[in-house]
Amino acid sequence: MAEEKKPLDWNTAEEKKLELRLGLPGEGEDWSPSPEKGKKFTPLEASLSLGHVSKVPRSNNFTASPATKREAFQQPKQLEFMQLQKAKEKACDGLLQNSSHASRIAATPVVGWPPIRSFRKNLAGAPQLSTESPNESSKAAKKPENERKSLFVKINMDGIPIGRKVDIKAYDSYDKLSLAVDELFQGLMAAQMDPLALGTPKISQEKQVITGLLDGTGEFTLAYEDNEGDRMLVGDVPWDMFVFTAKRLRVLKSSNLSTSSLGAVSRKRSNGS
Amino acid sequence: MLRLRATATARQHWHGERDQATGPTRTCPSLEHSPLTEFWSLKSDRSMARVEETGGDREENKEEETSWWSPEAVEGGRVGEGPSRGSRGGRGGDGGRPDTPPPPPYSDQVLENVLENVLQFLVCRRDRNAASLVCRSWYRAEAQTRRELSVGNCYAVSPARVVRRFRCARALVLKGRPRFADFNLFPLGWGARFSPWLAAMATAYPWLERVCLKRMTVSDSDLAFLARSFPSFRDLTLICCDGFGTAGLAVIAVLCRNLRILDLIENDVEDEEEEVIDWISRFPETTTSLESLSFECVNCPVNFSALEALVARSPSLRRLRVNQNVSLGQLRRLMARAPHLTHLGTGSFRPGIAEDLNVADLEQAFVSSKSLICLSGFREVAPEHLPAILPVCANLVSLNLSYAVITAEQLKPVILKCNNLRTFWVLDTVGDEGLLAVAKACKNLHELRVFPFEATEDSEGSVSDVGLVAISNGCRKLQSILFFCQRMTNSAVVAMSKNCQDLVVFRLCIMGRHRPDHITREPMDEGFGAIVMNCKKLTRLAVSGLLTDKVFKYIATHGKSIRTLSVAFAGDSDLSLKYVLEGCHSLQKLEIRDSPFGDVGLLSGIHHYYNMRFLWMSSCMLTLSGCKEVAQKMPNLVVEVIGDRPKDLDSDTVEKLYLYRSLEGPRDDVPLFVNIL
Repeated sequence: MAEEKKPLDWNTAEEKKLELRLGLPGEGEDWSPSPEKGKKFTPLEASLSLGHVSKVPRSNNFTASPATKREAFQQPKQLEFMQLQKAKEKACDGLLQNSSHASRIAATPVVGWPPIRSFRKNLAGAPQLSTESPNESSKAAKKPENERKSLFVKINMDGIPIGRKVDIKAYDSYDKLSLAVDELFQGLMAAQMDPLALGTPKISQEKQVITGLLDGTGEFTLAYEDNEGDRMLVGDVPWDMFVFTAKRLRVLKSSNLSTSSLGAVSRKRSNGS
Repeated sequence: MLRLRATATARQHWHGERDQATGPTRTCPSLEHSPLTEFWSLKSDRSMARVEETGGDREENKEEETSWWSPEAVEGGRVGEGPSRGSRGGRGGDGGRPDTPPPPPYSDQVLENVLENVLQFLVCRRDRNAASLVCRSWYRAEAQTRRELSVGNCYAVSPARVVRRFRCARALVLKGRPRFADFNLFPLGWGARFSPWLAAMATAYPWLERVCLKRMTVSDSDLAFLARSFPSFRDLTLICCDGFGTAGLAVIAVLCRNLRILDLIENDVEDEEEEVIDWISRFPETTTSLESLSFECVNCPVNFSALEALVARSPSLRRLRVNQNVSLGQLRRLMARAPHLTHLGTGSFRPGIAEDLNVADLEQAFVSSKSLICLSGFREVAPEHLPAILPVCANLVSLNLSYAVITAEQLKPVILKCNNLRTFWVLDTVGDEGLLAVAKACKNLHELRVFPFEATEDSEGSVSDVGLVAISNGCRKLQSILFFCQRMTNSAVVAMSKNCQDLVVFRLCIMGRHRPDHITREPMDEGFGAIVMNCKKLTRLAVSGLLTDKVFKYIATHGKSIRTLSVAFAGDSDLSLKYVLEGCHSLQKLEIRDSPFGDVGLLSGIHHYYNMRFLWMSSCMLTLSGCKEVAQKMPNLVVEVIGDRPKDLDSDTVEKLYLYRSLEGPRDDVPLFVNIL
């Protein structure tokens, strides 16, 4: 897979010998890093392009460290990296170019991007306008709640003092939400369970998976507080309605559940999204 | 500013001199006898390097550095060798050794007392760090007289070490997690707990007066312990911290009888409904010494009558920033109680239910508040109420409208009166037109932040290169800018680089990833290149948009003063990282995410990592072996590999790397999802 290429200034002979080039068989592209070469494609780009006019010049010059053993996984990794980047770009560029699309596809949300702290989000839907004073101020603020892009709600877990915020709009089903909650608290749970753990985590602690959040079978159960202040079990209402009414979430110990603390204690679950 | 460095040879020279010196005729050894040259060079001495002090004391741009010069490291572990030792009588070990040194001989003591009396006037941290390097005598004297401790990375040095060296501190500034932690890139429970520091200080500094924490985890019991341990405690500032709630605040209110400052800024306050405590009502009934009370981030209902009463019995109160649960009518009452306020956080700025307020009433409240220079809040402001602040606009130095969803037309009447504004934060809903009005009116603007109303990648974005150019034309004194947008051009950024030569902080965030110049479709290399070329005072830079290796070459070549660099979704290859690490000699904080940089790039920084506070790299192309190599070659570096879950640490790819210099080695509070190499 490695290709010959012309030497660059900064290359020592040895580095050049060991240098890896990213490339697919059969393509004779010039992989030099200088972007003055202007706009050029990679085969990857061509295959992923939506046919939009703007060509994004990318020179893909990944040089691997000189350990040829790692060749095997590094190249696919770099390809993967590029593909991942491209796929995400595709979603965004597609929207830019095809703004006539009625439905806006949410791009795969990336954690922490754009770099705005969570308390600054949720502005696009905060109650900025009172109903008795309608005016022509920013139309964006008038956007009805269910068109919000993201909705960050606080989520706490029994036994863990620090809460977090999750964007429930980033998921489209209860299962995905459950998975995300699992990931969110797992690390912290692990830390809590073994506060004396030192050094290598490879002396492994059994990874505590939080399962059964939705069906009452697990050690923990997911509940939420709705817009009327009632505590409800997650999963009872259709997903869209849940997103609309949920104001905060809580991961409860299943043993702590009591009928008096919940508004709707039906254990019958409507399945799925 | 003092900058003193003495060679190793000079040190020996000095030792020699001290041998010959006798009694009171001996002069202060350092200045007379030690030429001021390199103390030791990094290249020859692999041990913990001298740390450069950085940064001024500006509010949001604090780039403070720790400067813990460890005598053990300096002397390469050979403390006590050298000809002078025997002749120093009772001196024994050096002043910095872990054991308490025997007291110096009388003549030295006199000298040190004199020195202390002089050094106590040194306030600037940089000066103090430099002074402490002159010689042991100065080191001791400086340590005795340092009143404010500033630790830029809570893991770079241990509380025990700090407390051993500085015996008389009255104030502590402590920072924990790096900035990327604000964006959920650090898993919960990673660390940076205040508890161990608190424990050490409770015994060492019972006279402690001030604590300022940034990005630390502070629990309610920590706050309670703090309140109980320090009877003279006065100032508590918590910025971007988490772990505490109203229970902790209540104890502070009750026990800290001398409280002057309680500033809670952008913290993640636990606000579990059933556990909310009415902490405002816990302040003592007597007159308080409160000067500043900020609780915008404590998003719990407020007992308003308690708050009003508190304000009424706080005659020294000058800064009051309330949360969004305070209505406009309530605000008016507070303003009436505190007509001498200089800083006001206005809460919701919306009438409560059944509050019937007209703009004229409100305006009157502002007319009476003649001292106001700083306004913020406006969390739920209805645009028609905004003009109520007009009476104070001419005096305003700082205005934060970053939660106010207003258009250009709604902004204009207000901003056109704000001719003395130095700091302005706003939402992008005002658009380029709004920015044009800012440029016209605010000739003295030093800091501008434009936040996105819709912080998503595919939002429309209401400000663009047009607004940036307008600002650059109108606000020539601009020093700091944070600008979120979706469309930008190289020429706009170039224009700013030429018009605003005083720029110290340039942070441009093009929210859509990899976006090129929207007109030419070129990468944004040239724009950022112009910034580093033309803005000679630049110390902080955040780049975005489509960027190739070229921009990093520019940064490396011209960004010699850059101390903080933020990179996301940029660059083509390891070359970028190599350029930066080899070229940016002042670099101290480097945060990188989602960029194709691998082990080669990482390893190219080995000569520089001891000069840095930290390096963060996430979602790049690092491998475990590369990171291990760095860890092996740099014993005073802590190299943390962070996974979202413990199992992530098994793989060879490194998803998150956080490395930082430290005098202490691997920390002992490592959670399971962190692996220290």
